[in-house]
Amino acid sequence: MPAPFLLAAGVGSALLVVWFARRLNIADREGHPVHLAWHALFSYWPWLLKEIAVSAWQVCRIVLDPKLPVSPTLVRFKPSQITDVGLVTHANSITLTPGTISVEVSRDEFLVHALTREGAAGVRRGGEMDKRVRALESRPELFP
Amino acid sequence: MLLDLFSDLASWACLLAGSFFCIVGGIGLLRMPDFYTRVHAASLTDTLGAGLILLGLLLQAGFTLVGAKLLMIALLIFFASPTASHALTRAALVRGLAPKLAPPLADPLETPPSKP
Repeated sequence: MPAPFLLAAGVGSALLVVWFARRLNIADREGHPVHLAWHALFSYWPWLLKEIAVSAWQVCRIVLDPKLPVSPTLVRFKPSQITDVGLVTHANSITLTPGTISVEVSRDEFLVHALTREGAAGVRRGGEMDKRVRALESRPELFP
Repeated sequence: MLLDLFSDLASWACLLAGSFFCIVGGIGLLRMPDFYTRVHAASLTDTLGAGLILLGLLLQAGFTLVGAKLLMIALLIFFASPTASHALTRAALVRGLAPKLAPPLADPLETPPSKP
């Protein structure tokens, strides 16, 4: 069976490529934000999952309500993130949370469509999500 | 034995809850008044719906190759589906599909929709 040799050769060459890429400094931090992953796994992800569950339940109740109490709202605000990874994380989190979608995303302004007025009031500069993503990206090891 | 029973129960609870969210997402897709609000209903299906079903299947699979693959699918959905929703709504707005909006309240947070 040549399997162990093939597997070992595959792992070996993958590690070699990673090592070369790091030495050449082409494993870029924006494309592969691995440095954020471990920290975020225990601080940001649990909070985001809780937010998703809570707002999914609210959207469920709106959908199943016979009166369908929606009040669609567009809201603009300036995000406080500096890095691209931070902005993308913030925009993706807004869209992942049911009831809010980031429609236009730029460094200066987010345009968010919300299913209800209350949902629109939740996303803003200095809001909970804005602050948490800002704290996530402002870890000192991001700016060596 | 007992552990098997518990993981089976948890897995079935996840599968049923996930199916519930998928069905509600479908109902919302039909009931909502315009394109943008329909996307909100659809996001129920691809976050909690798909997430809970994948979690339920993961509990059935355990620490196997199938489990690892399910985990990768979950990650892919979590990163790709908001991007797709964003691209869809942005394309609709750029093409000039005006969203039906609720009458704005006297609130500084509310802003009228801009002409793209």
